[in-house]
Amino acid sequence: MDVFWQTLVAGILKGGLYALIGIGMTLIMGVMGIINLAQGQLMMVSMYITYVLFSALRIDPYLSLAIAMPALFLLGVLIQKYFLNPLLKVDTILPHNQVLMTVGIGMVLTEVIRFIFKSDYRSVSTTYSNKTFFLGHISFSVALTVAFGIAVMFTLGMFLFLMKTDLGRSIRATAQDKEAATLMGVNTGRITVITFGLGSALAACAGTLLAPVFYIFPDIGGPFTSKAFVITILGGLGSTVGAIFGGLTLGIAESVGSTYLGMDYENIIGMIIFVGVLVFLPSGFKRLTKV
Amino acid sequence: MLKVEGIDVYYGDLQVLWEVSFEVRENEIVVLVGANGAGKSTTLKTISGLLRPRKGAIEFDGLRLDQTPADRIIGCGVVHVPEARRLFVEMSVEENLIMGSLSSAAKARRQERLNWVYGLFPRLRERHSQPAGTLSGGEQQMCAIGRGLMALPKILMFDEPSLGLAPILVQNVFDIIKRINKEGVTILLVEQNVRQTLSFCDRAYVLENGRVVLQGAGRELMTNSYVKEAYLGL
Ligand SMILES: Nc1ncnc2c1ncn2[C@@H]1O[C@H](COP(=O)(O)OP(=O)(O)OP(=O)(O)O)[C@@H](O)[C@H]1O
Ligand SMILES: [Mg+2]
Repeated sequence: MDVFWQTLVAGILKGGLYALIGIGMTLIMGVMGIINLAQGQLMMVSMYITYVLFSALRIDPYLSLAIAMPALFLLGVLIQKYFLNPLLKVDTILPHNQVLMTVGIGMVLTEVIRFIFKSDYRSVSTTYSNKTFFLGHISFSVALTVAFGIAVMFTLGMFLFLMKTDLGRSIRATAQDKEAATLMGVNTGRITVITFGLGSALAACAGTLLAPVFYIFPDIGGPFTSKAFVITILGGLGSTVGAIFGGLTLGIAESVGSTYLGMDYENIIGMIIFVGVLVFLPSGFKRLTKV
Repeated sequence: MLKVEGIDVYYGDLQVLWEVSFEVRENEIVVLVGANGAGKSTTLKTISGLLRPRKGAIEFDGLRLDQTPADRIIGCGVVHVPEARRLFVEMSVEENLIMGSLSSAAKARRQERLNWVYGLFPRLRERHSQPAGTLSGGEQQMCAIGRGLMALPKILMFDEPSLGLAPILVQNVFDIIKRINKEGVTILLVEQNVRQTLSFCDRAYVLENGRVVLQGAGRELMTNSYVKEAYLGL
């Protein structure tokens, strides 16, 4: 039984961080109606920012949140403003050229990082990177537990922001009816820019929190983009509460898969759930949570 | 107060308005009537900046609305209650009302206006935390009107507020519009419900295939033989 609880705990901790990445993608999905296929790559960039700050200046990853998140917010704003929004004005034969653009942006980010840092594996080995503590018979990774706590904080903060502020309401209104939002005085172009910035900042938050426990290399972004994609679909495309459930489900499923079936099954499990949800619960967890 | 001067409006290459001109003076109730596809909604959308005229001008209190960014127009006091309500269906009734008061002037008086709107539509107060998408058609119309009122309108433009409502509710909506007008808000109303609107407006314009074909005082048009034949079925 201990093994089961241990597996569950590991899954939930990881799932909390997945949820953070998924919420970022979900916000963008809700407002722009596109899947941002550079989400994992943006997270990867924040890992490198954390790595540089740590190895050159000895700045603790938790402190570098204060740098990585604003930096990625800015990067997201620039991407939306100068690469995605201009596409809306161009007539193309491809209806989803914005999505293709995010794929391209993801590739460029990966290659720029590879150019600067080479493909070598890097690590941010803090004093707590490999530390664990026990509650009963179950061990908790210190780094992941703290990361989970911070992820929960940011998720709650994001919710309060979306539910209780005019800007947050304007983001939700734009997602629901862009034209009506314009009539209410919302500058929807500005909202898309802010939303992409926020989505990127959430990815940065996850990346920075995961930096102490993962090897960092340029191609780490891709798998995380797939995870975020699965979470967004699980959550029901555009539902933030759904994305939290999606993130936790994926985290737990991966954890269960690698404990009971073997490490190799970790990623396959995620895909099986993905297909299962598409077949049996086509609108995702949104059907269940309604938010 | 509001002057539309010879506007031509297109969807892509398709022209739907030709040289449309009309005027709404302070404190008036002006109606734009016309059949399906005549261009009524297009006219209102152009005033709100969702569409731009290729020719002509739209002026409001000396301000060129056709050159004002769409998201600034509500802040000028030009408020549009769109066709089919267009509420934010997943947001609560109260949040929808709040969305009407984003400008700094409206925001400063948000609580006071909220109470006033709730006084006007007690039903909305009862349902304030319910998602707007779950309201009945009549309640949704009240919510859409309330949302418009939150914006401190100088002129309130309604696009077919009676659409899909039972006759008794239609009368109700018109009474409310009259009452809003009495409180000093100018009204521009788009309607297909010709009989009812002509009897209560100050002036009316008849739009046909994207052109203004007739204009005059409401009562006057009621007795116009063409209007009688084409719109009142007499
Ligand atoms: N988005 C659009 N793209 C292309 N054509 C449009 C679009 N919206 C409206 N039209 C066309 O413009 C014309 C005027 O439409 P509009 O919606 O202004 O009519 P209306 O008078 O409001 O009609 P109704 O009473 O049915 O609401 C119609 O022929 C319609 O087909
Ligand atoms: Mg119409």
